[in-house]
Formats: sequence, structure tokens, C-alpha cells
Amino acid sequence: MEELQNRIASQFPQATFEAGEYLLVNIDDAHWHALAAYLRDNERFDYLISIVGQDWNDAFGCVYYLTNTFTRVILSVKVTTTDRENPMLHSVSDLWAVAGIYEREVYDFYGIIFINNPDMRRIFLRADWNGHPLRKDYDASPEANPVPTENEETDDTTVAYVENEKGEIVKEERVVFAPEEFVVNIGPQHPATHGVLRLRTSLDGEFIKKIDLYLGYVHRGIEKLCEGLAYPQMLHFADRLDYLSAHQNRHCFCLCIEKALGLEVPRRAQVIRVIMDELMRISSHMLFAGTFCMDLGATTMLFYTLREREKILNIFERTCGARMTYHYNVIGGVAQDLHPDFVKDVKAFLPEMRKSLKEYHTLFTGNVITEQRMIGVGPLSREDAISYGISGPSGRASGWANDIRKTHPYSIYSELDFEQVVRTDGDSFGRWMVRMDEVLESIKIIEQLIDNIPEGEICAPTPKVMKLPAGHWFQQVEASRGAIGFYIESDGGTTPVRVKINSPCFPLAGIVDHLTRGAKIADLITIGGSLDYVVPDIDR
Amino acid sequence: MGVKKNKGITVQGMPYEDWKDNEYIESLVEELKANGTNVVVGSFDKLINWGRSNSLWPLTFGTSCCAIEFIALGAARYDMARFGWEVARASPRQADYIMVSGTIVHRMAPVLRRLYDQIAEPKYVIAAGGCAVSGGPFRKSYHVVQGVDQVIPVDVYIPGCPPRPEAMIYGVMQLQRKIKVERFFGGVNRKEKIKKFFEEHPAPEAKEKNN
Amino acid sequence: MFEISRLTGWLHELLSSFMPGWLTTTVECVLIGAVILVLYALLALFYIYFERRVCAFFQCRLGPNRVGPLGLLQSFADMFKILIKEIISLKNIDRFLFALAPYLVIIASVMAFAVLPWGNGLQIIDFNIGIFFLIAVSSIGVLGILLAGWSSNNKFTLIGAIRSGAQMISYELSIGLSVLTMVALAGTMSVTGIVEAQTDLWFIFKGHIPAIIAFIIYMIAGTAETNRGPFDLPEAESELTAGYHTEYSGLHFGYFYLAEYLNLFIVSGVAALLFFGGWAPLHIPGWEGFNGVMDWIPSWLWFIGKAIFLSFVIIWFKWTFPRLRIDNLLALEWKYLLPINLFNLVLMVVVIIYGLHF
Repeated sequence: MEELQNRIASQFPQATFEAGEYLLVNIDDAHWHALAAYLRDNERFDYLISIVGQDWNDAFGCVYYLTNTFTRVILSVKVTTTDRENPMLHSVSDLWAVAGIYEREVYDFYGIIFINNPDMRRIFLRADWNGHPLRKDYDASPEANPVPTENEETDDTTVAYVENEKGEIVKEERVVFAPEEFVVNIGPQHPATHGVLRLRTSLDGEFIKKIDLYLGYVHRGIEKLCEGLAYPQMLHFADRLDYLSAHQNRHCFCLCIEKALGLEVPRRAQVIRVIMDELMRISSHMLFAGTFCMDLGATTMLFYTLREREKILNIFERTCGARMTYHYNVIGGVAQDLHPDFVKDVKAFLPEMRKSLKEYHTLFTGNVITEQRMIGVGPLSREDAISYGISGPSGRASGWANDIRKTHPYSIYSELDFEQVVRTDGDSFGRWMVRMDEVLESIKIIEQLIDNIPEGEICAPTPKVMKLPAGHWFQQVEASRGAIGFYIESDGGTTPVRVKINSPCFPLAGIVDHLTRGAKIADLITIGGSLDYVVPDIDR
Repeated sequence: MGVKKNKGITVQGMPYEDWKDNEYIESLVEELKANGTNVVVGSFDKLINWGRSNSLWPLTFGTSCCAIEFIALGAARYDMARFGWEVARASPRQADYIMVSGTIVHRMAPVLRRLYDQIAEPKYVIAAGGCAVSGGPFRKSYHVVQGVDQVIPVDVYIPGCPPRPEAMIYGVMQLQRKIKVERFFGGVNRKEKIKKFFEEHPAPEAKEKNN
Repeated sequence: MFEISRLTGWLHELLSSFMPGWLTTTVECVLIGAVILVLYALLALFYIYFERRVCAFFQCRLGPNRVGPLGLLQSFADMFKILIKEIISLKNIDRFLFALAPYLVIIASVMAFAVLPWGNGLQIIDFNIGIFFLIAVSSIGVLGILLAGWSSNNKFTLIGAIRSGAQMISYELSIGLSVLTMVALAGTMSVTGIVEAQTDLWFIFKGHIPAIIAFIIYMIAGTAETNRGPFDLPEAESELTAGYHTEYSGLHFGYFYLAEYLNLFIVSGVAALLFFGGWAPLHIPGWEGFNGVMDWIPSWLWFIGKAIFLSFVIIWFKWTFPRLRIDNLLALEWKYLLPINLFNLVLMVVVIIYGLHF
């Protein structure tokens, strides 16, 4: 860390540093792009985890979280601008591909324009939305933005703010779809989009030329809602983000707050949390398997995988009392103790799951048609996976070992014996197989723990009124679909100043265009299904 | 209030006495019978209502958590196919009811309205889950519609976050019962209310679209 | 032994006893038409119920079982609903073609339905080129699908229709060639002639290897012809919402829906006719007692039983396999099925010439 700081300081003398959870580099906007290029090319910070837009009342800015995928060092960079009327920052979308959509998100929420980003449209909200909702001075009254009754206008053009040789910033209009193109509107209501995602697809016969992504059809403004709530109150949003990794999301949220509070979670609670996370992962992959097969036309598989999922839901229901939104993790531990039959149920379930996995492979994986549909479809290289920020099973299918449970172990994962599943195919088949193999690994983890749940407290004592010290924290957890990250910034009060949810599905949606160029319509379905995004997690 | 027994107004497998809201259905029947019914027309009505109520094809529509429960409703454990609801149509033209399962946000509202307008008559709406009923946990958000009944007329509300599949079954059964007391020939009790709704919420101007 | 031919014969005598000849013919034609339509509707309703039940059992579910005893009335309820459902009129469409398309589809399937041999002597008309006629009319259906997709003025339907056109035209070849193979064995194109050639032994046994190859190809191509999974690309639900009939509602959609199921029956009926002896009972040369027992079962039951069994096999396909992609689909036909089929035809001719069949 010291060395890194010295190296950056020697290259960029104007940079200032703040120690903390991760090293924070302050840099002015004029040197930001050069620093970013230096960090990526010389220091190999090749993975941009997150861009956290911020409004500190006196200034706007972004906090960038970067990782070196070899040394696994995390670095954060803060870039600010004091111009409230017309805030502008330099884009880094040419260095990290994922920055393209992250910057659009910041633009949407804060109105910060990114110079040289090729596409500066709103991403979640409609083009006719008034104001930028996450600004502190945003007018939240319903009169400012009533429920629209008019259908949305879609333009075939976008705007970009480009810096020319003289250093002037010029607004340019760019064409997304030429008038003669055959553009099919897939979504927001379409059976293959797994929710309300809208893909405007330009077709040449059966071949896809380009996809333009529209998000926000279930954008619920969770980040803004969190700002008005106390810490225990806002936990429930985590269950509703990616409802198929409810336990992991909430685990992550709790970890982040516990880290800020310096709470020690009892061992029993940690073990329970890990077991629940892994059960949740199995159930999520089961739903993935079902819906993916249904997208490919093998409807029967859906019913077989859901049969297994129901068994997990039964186990959850007996302990947590709900089928989907469990609200089980709380700050300091878990909410209730395990059901007396929990261990018995899980032990009965695991062998059944192993047996069913074999059945799925016989029915689906070994099928000739399946192999033709999946092998070689939507190939994603390791470099692209990192650049586009594809974490989780989809990234691991491309040979990128990115499992947070191994790279930045949290809870008790460092003590457990399991492999992170990495494949090198990079295609839809690889993404399918990674998930199926992960189920086996999860079973392994649960088998190690289920007989060794220690006795003791299930929750650490927490203060009645929870106040986080001033500062900011970032925590990542391996959810079912990839690394979910929570960023919390506090000024010492009972409510956070800023909560940013770095969802794993957002980059997954961002890569659809890249993967489907030149593929067929049917491949779009395969690729979308194999990426396995959950739309409420994208939109938040 | 003495509840009269209209035993016919139930669904297969569910005794009339087990329903919790028979007073409401009775009041609908009263309303229907107010002007008297022709015997022939009345029995035609019965036949049509029998057909309609037993053949409810949902539109595959879901935005968030509740949609997963809707899938679970179709799966083996809850199996809505038993009642004949499993023919989920992806095209709104062929669907009978839309189960709004999940949050409806500002950007989605006109789309939902358009979907509703595309469904062929008779069409019904079920608001499933807290978000669709009232905005639910996201009620305070800047981008969430506070109840789908601001956009389209709702027939049945199913609370829950998300509602359990059993609750969804109960909700669709309630819809079946509502359909059973409709009139096809002559005034339809439901139509009047919907007409009023559309006077207050006119359809967006149909703009000429290229796509 | 009860045969419907006796009933029809009695009816004909009854009518001609008090009517002039031309009137008898007219009345009989009307009666036959009505019977076909009613039978068509009933069979389609049965098939809808049948498929829903069968697929439910594949998927560890129960399927419709609440409406009527065992859910038998479920498809009747669906029919009543569809009959009175609104037919949405759309802007910016070709109204005439839009309305014509479902009728084309249903007429094609009714006409093919009409020439099927239902039983011993139970056939509407016995052409000398019956099987040729069947293939000819059943390919009118694709015209309806193309028109439906094109006239809806919707991009999804257009893609669905074009896919359907490519698929149907390709697989028509395979159907034609495998039918031709069997016609070569039968030596006649007349439907009755084909059945009668099989009264001693079904063609699938008589023609052994080439017949079995032809049967497999026919089943694959037949499934593709009916747009059923794994060849349901024209209406691939997860890709094109509802494919070519996305914009159809009410009764018009009902026609597509009925025709889809009835085509399933027709394809399996033709397969039963060509390979399993149509209405001919199972006969094994030499086993006279067994043959006598088999004869006792009425011929129309034989035919319907065989057809339903083959439909069950096709439904089984559908609920097991994932969908093909359009290039795989065309490659399967042009690179594999067609060459195999041509070779098989030659093989069959060799078998016939040298008398190698049973």
C-alpha cells in the first residue's frame, strides 16, 4: 500500500491520500484520466468495481473503486467538481468498458456529465424526467414528476460531450439506429427478458446487428429511499433487490454496517449465515436452470428444477417464516434461531439435490440440441469479462477467478474447504456448467458446516439507536449472480448520507450488446438466459 | 343481515360457506337481479359465465419478486393448471387477465396501460403484492406508482410481499366468482365502474409509431 | 362386430326411399359436412385436454382436473370463452388478408382431415390419388401462416411467418419423400388401397429397414410441419412472444389454436395410415386366433387409437427437447434428412424389386 501510494505520488504530485479501509486517492478532474490510464496500464488495476456518484452539498463527485485482479488490492479514487450548475467530469469509459453504463447511471442520478462518454442519455429514468433524483436539492414532490400517461418517445439518436483539440467541450448528436434499419423492440414486456428489460434490437434477417439497452422499468429508487431510513430499517430493501439472493444481499448489507460499527458477530450466527447463503445459492441456480431451459424451449426442466427449489423454500420457511423475502440477517447476527428440524431437513435434502443434478445433466446437458444451442454461443474472453465487470459465475466461465469468497474472504469462508469453479469456455455452455458445478460446491460447504453448528448466541447485542461513525465503507459479498457491493457513507447520524448498491446484474445487462453482435435472435435468448440477470437488481 | 345462499357462485373444490366475503358477492347478485332476468337470456348468461370463469388465461407479466411466486404457482407444488389457468399467453391479445405481480414504476406505467388496452374484452386485472396494491415498501419512492389502480382498473387485490401462491390461488378464485355474477346480455355491472374509471383516466393519445 | 358403415348404409337407404337421387346426395353432403365439423371441433377439444394432461404428467403435475369430472370440461370452457371473446380490429393492417389467414389455416386442416380413412368403408371420398391430395391441401396451411404474419403489420409476426415459411417448405420435402417411399411399397396412391395392402401385415413390419427409416423421418418432419416443439420456431414463445399469431385475438386466434392441435391429429393419422395400417387391425400371418380377436375391435377404434398413440409420441418430443435454432433446423433438413430420404427411396425400390419385403 505504502509503495503504491509513493508510486502514485511520484507520478501525480497533485494527488492527496487518505488512509482508511482502502487507500483513497484524491485527484482533480484535469489529471483524473491520466491517473486512470496509469493505474490501469502500469499498476494493472484492470477491474473497475464501482462508480459511486456523490452529492456533498458543496460539491459533486464520484468515488471509483478499482481492483487489481492479480494482487487483489482494492484502491479508491475520489474525483470532485464544485460546479453545481453544469457539473462535468472526464469519462473513463475508454479504459474500462463497464464505466460506460456506470457513468450513465451517475449522470441520471446526479446530472454529472461525463466528457467523452459516447452515450450520455438517461439510463433509468425517462428522458422527460425533471431533475436528478439523488441530488440533495431534488424536488421529490409528486407534482414535479406525476405518473406519466403518455407513451414514451424513443429517439434513434444519442448525445455525447466531446473534448476537441482546443480543449472546448462540444455537444455532439450521434446516431444509434439509422432510419433504414429494421429495429425490433424486445421488451419491456417480453417473455424472454426475465422481467422488464427493453432491448431495441436492430436485425438483419435472423442476425442481430446492434442492441440498444433501456433500463429502469422497475427502477424503485432504493438508494434514495435508504437515505431517509435508519440502518435497521433499510435492511429489508436488500431482500427485494435480487430476490433470488436475498440472504447474500442482506448478509452483505449487515457486514458493511457491522464493519462500520466494529461489531463482532457470534460464531453461531456466522455459521448459520453461511449455510443460508449457500442454500440460497442453490435455490437461485435452480431457478436459473429452470428459466434458462424454458428459454431454450425445454419447458419440462423448469418444473423439475422448481421441484428442488420448493424443497429449499420449505427449509427456509420453517426457519425464517417466508418463502421469498426472508428478513433473516440482522445487524449483529440473525433474527431467529434455527428451526429444531433444520439440520434434519438439510441433511435429507442434500443427497436428493445431488441425485437431481445428475438427472438434469441426463435430461438437458447431454442433449444434442442443447449443445448446438449453447456451445460457442456468446463467447466472452477473460479480458472482456474483466473490462465489462462481469463478476460471478458468468465471469468465472470466462476463466476469471473472481469469487469474493476466495479473493476477499468474509465471514468464515476462509476456514472452509471448497473450490471456486472456473472454466475457460467463456460461452453459454460454460456459464451453464459453472452454475451447475457451483451447486455441488455449495453442497460441499453445507455438508462441512451442518454438523458443526456451534451453540451460543445468534445475535450480538446492538445499540437501540444505531449511529455509524462518520466515514464511508464498502463491502462485497459473493451473491448468486456475482459480487454485490454495498457502499455506505455516514456523517455520524442515525441515517446514512449515501447508500450505493453495486449490483452484479447491472454490468451483465451492459454486456448483452457486446455478446450478441452478429448472433441470431435465438442466441440473444440463450445469451440473456445464460447471463442470468435479475431485472430489479439491475434497476434497484 | 341474513345471507342468502347462492350456492352456484363458488369454484370447484371450494364450498360456498368457506368464502369469507359472501356478503359482497350477495350484494352483486342483488344488483344483478334488480331489473329481473329473462329465463332464456339468464341461462345463456350462466353458460357464458361458466365458460369465462373457468377459462382464465393469464398474461405472462411480472416485474419483480411476485413474478417468481407466480412461476411457483404454475409449478408442480401449487399447479394452477388444475383450474385451467396455466395457458399463460405471451401476447396480450389472447390473454384474459393480467396479474400485475411486482412494482409498477413511472416508466412502466404507460407500458402497463398499453398492455391492458391491448387485451381483448372481457379483461380483468389482479393486483398481486404490496407494490401493485399500494406501492408497498417502496411507497415513498420518487419513481414508484402508488398502487396500480391509478393506471388500470383493478378487480381483485392480493396483499402480501410477495403473496404466497395459496393467496394467489384464492385471489384468482375470487375473480372467478366475480365473473360468475356478470351479465353478458344487457348491462354488465362491472362495465359501469370501468367506464367511470376511463373517464377519469383517458387513454394516451394513440400516436403513430413506426415500430 | 359393430361398424359405422352399417349405420351410414342404413341412413342412405332411408333417405333414398323417400327422396329423389339429387336431394339425397345434397342432404348427405350437408350431413357429412356437419359431422366433419363437429368431429373436428370435438377432436380438437379432446386434443387440447389430452396434451395439457399429458404434459402435466411429464412435469409431475396434475393438469386440469377441476372443471367437470377429471377436468374433462376444461376445453369446453375454453371454447365458450374464446367464442365470445372480443376480436380486436387493428389499425394499419391489411384487413382482408388478416381476416382470411385463420380461415385458410383451418380450411386446409379440415380438408386434410376429411380424406383420412376413419374405418372400414368409413371415408368421405376415396380418390385414386388420395394421399397426394392430402399432402397438397395440408400445405395450404403455410399460406395462411405467412399471410397472418405479413398482414398483422408487426415485426414479431413477420419474423415468425418467414421462419415458418422456410421451415414448412423445407420439411414438406421430407414428408413428401417419405410418403413416396411408402407409396412405392403400396403400389397405389389411393388411401383405401394403401390400407388394404396392409391388412395382412402393417407396412412398418413389411417394409422393415426402409420403412422404419421413413417412419422416423416422417415423424420428425411431421412434428416440424405442425410447428410443434422442438420445431416451434414460428411461434417460439420465448423469442417472438406468440409468433405469427401474436396479433390475433378471440375466435381468429381460436382457429389457429384448433388447427394446431388438429394438425397434430392429421400428422399422426397419416403416419398411422402409412406405417401402421390405418384402420387395419394388427394381423400376424399364421396366428389365426389372434387375428380373429384383433378383428373383433372396430376399425375406427383402431385408427383413432393408433393416431392418439402417435400423437402421444409427438407430445412426448415436445416436452422433452429444447427448441432448435433456425440454422440447425434447416441444416437438419437439407444436410441430413433429405439425402437420407433420397437414399432410402432407392433402398425401398431395391427392396420391392427383389421382393425382399415380408
